Amino acid sequence: MSKIVEAFNNKKAFIPFVTCGDPDLETTKKILRELQANGADLIELGIPFSDPTAEGPVIQGANIRALKNGITTDDIFDMVKEIRSEITVPMVFMTYANVIFSYGMDKFFAKCKENGMDGVILPDVPFEEKEEFVDAAGAYGVDFISMVAPTSEDRIAMIAREAKGFIYIVSSLGVTGTRSSISTNVKDLVDKIRKVTDVPCAVGFGISTPQQAKEMSDISDGAIVGSAIVRIIEQYGKDAPVHVGEFVKNMKSAYKAS
Amino acid sequence: MTNKDGRFGVHGGQYIPETLMNAVIELEKAYNHYKNDPEFNRELTELLNEYAGRPSRLYYAEKMTKDLGGAKIYLKREDLNHTGSHKINNVLGQALLAKKMGKTRLIAETGAGQHGVATATAAALMGMECVVFMGEEDTKRQALNVYRMRLLGAEVIPITSGTATLKDAVSEAMREWTSRIDDTHYCLGSVMGPHPFPTIVRDFQAVISKEIKEQILEKEGRLPNVVMACVGGGSNAIGTFYNFIEDKDVKLIGCEAAGRGIDTFETAATINTGKLGIFHGMKSYFCQDEYGQIAPVYSISAGLDYPGIGPEHANLHDTGRAQYVPVTDDEAVNAFEYLSKTEGIIPAIESAHAVAHAIKIAPTMSKDEIIVITISGRGDKDCAAIARYRGEDIHE
Repeated sequence: MSKIVEAFNNKKAFIPFVTCGDPDLETTKKILRELQANGADLIELGIPFSDPTAEGPVIQGANIRALKNGITTDDIFDMVKEIRSEITVPMVFMTYANVIFSYGMDKFFAKCKENGMDGVILPDVPFEEKEEFVDAAGAYGVDFISMVAPTSEDRIAMIAREAKGFIYIVSSLGVTGTRSSISTNVKDLVDKIRKVTDVPCAVGFGISTPQQAKEMSDISDGAIVGSAIVRIIEQYGKDAPVHVGEFVKNMKSAYKAS
Repeated sequence: MTNKDGRFGVHGGQYIPETLMNAVIELEKAYNHYKNDPEFNRELTELLNEYAGRPSRLYYAEKMTKDLGGAKIYLKREDLNHTGSHKINNVLGQALLAKKMGKTRLIAETGAGQHGVATATAAALMGMECVVFMGEEDTKRQALNVYRMRLLGAEVIPITSGTATLKDAVSEAMREWTSRIDDTHYCLGSVMGPHPFPTIVRDFQAVISKEIKEQILEKEGRLPNVVMACVGGGSNAIGTFYNFIEDKDVKLIGCEAAGRGIDTFETAATINTGKLGIFHGMKSYFCQDEYGQIAPVYSISAGLDYPGIGPEHANLHDTGRAQYVPVTDDEAVNAFEYLSKTEGIIPAIESAHAVAHAIKIAPTMSKDEIIVITISGRGDKDCAAIARYRGEDIHE
């Protein structure tokens, strides 16, 4: 059983996302410490990509800032290596197919294993194209995280049946970014998934307030928050870690207030 | 040529967010149904003939032939189509298909603006809403086409992200499609993106080579030695090649935009400088750095200024069936002027890339050999930019 499951053991998971190298890798390390200290149960690390087609303007901006700093996939592996002994919660990469494909599938997942990365989320690799990624990742015990969207409908059972680690439920149509409300019937998606698997489900896309995080994790196994955190980093730059910590603390306290 | 998974050799596939999967599956089902539907085909043929002005002429360029002193040169005049380029062939097909599917809104990306103009035109004709995404850089290079689209009732959204060119317009159109699928069809303009787009667009553009074949057999009683076209994503080139792929004696040449040269970073010649990757829904060749970051490509031609190439072309390259050659800005501009002065035909700067390569190879061929060059569009849209390239500032 993968380490990712630990994030969901007898609790609702809070899953923050951060783009590595925004504004620089030293700050990313400080942010990771703050995330863990304030209760993150699993952390998503974004490897920047030049053309992140599933991202809204906020995370696009983080990708551009990181790449302008010349951050590479190798730099990010080095950073993970340095900090992995301090961060005990599971960590997964979030990036795009070409970043892994160009690095070399085998080499990429071997390095994931070597540096203690537990999974990978690729928004541009759907069920039909996952095989070559799943095979390469599986050889090193890295989970390929599957996504379910509001439009998945009859595809949900097929996706859920082969899911590993956790299932990423996309809460809304469109790209990543904060939303004032989530209109999708997420509960219905969770119910459909539950019929075929007990792999945990976490909801992402559009969650920015403690209230939303609580609502989404109440009907699933956890909430993923990206753009709201990246916006804090955009605003405070190198001074962001303490502000991100504060934000996560508020989110977590909403989980407890039930 | 497509196998069941939408692959051309190792290329192609469907590398898109889960949110879009049912949309492309629905599109594939609808296309497979309507492509064999006699009523659909009758309507499409009528639109192509009566509205777009097909078949387009295959014109013997006698002065150019004599001047170059080698192979006999024919021009496939896609520039004479309604809206001024080959883009209308695909757009009429997709718009009709979208309408049959119950969609009421078309979105599209555009580089030079030709695909955007064609989509705006079809939307106007069929009473559909239309939104076109265009890199801000391109809205400046092709201001006239922006006005044409607006005149036709489309909304044009300038894209400032990334390099603010065609690749960013494609990314933004994909983002828009994930947010609004129910009533919206993404009318993709080239033989790229996720399956089934490369196949659908190829089939709608294959009318080019179907006509070339009939016309050259009628005029010359035999097939040409070479057919050639410019390649960005590759829609007019695949249209030009498709019905000749099985005719192994017909050489297929795609002309890529080399920009300031393939030994510089200011190039868009994907086959000549790119490597295998996954982007914009497909596995194919892309200009990229060693970490897979997509390169900021460059060409004087907004329509060829794209860091990838369609998956079927990538496979035609792998198998050696087609040859892909780089043509620089300078060579293309010279060819733009040459064809204007020699034949009285102002080609699109995109098409001028193919003309430029013909100027190189025609003199090396014998007089009983035949070259067909597809003139994918007309060059009125490029006059101001070419004047600027020559140091002359004219106002449109």
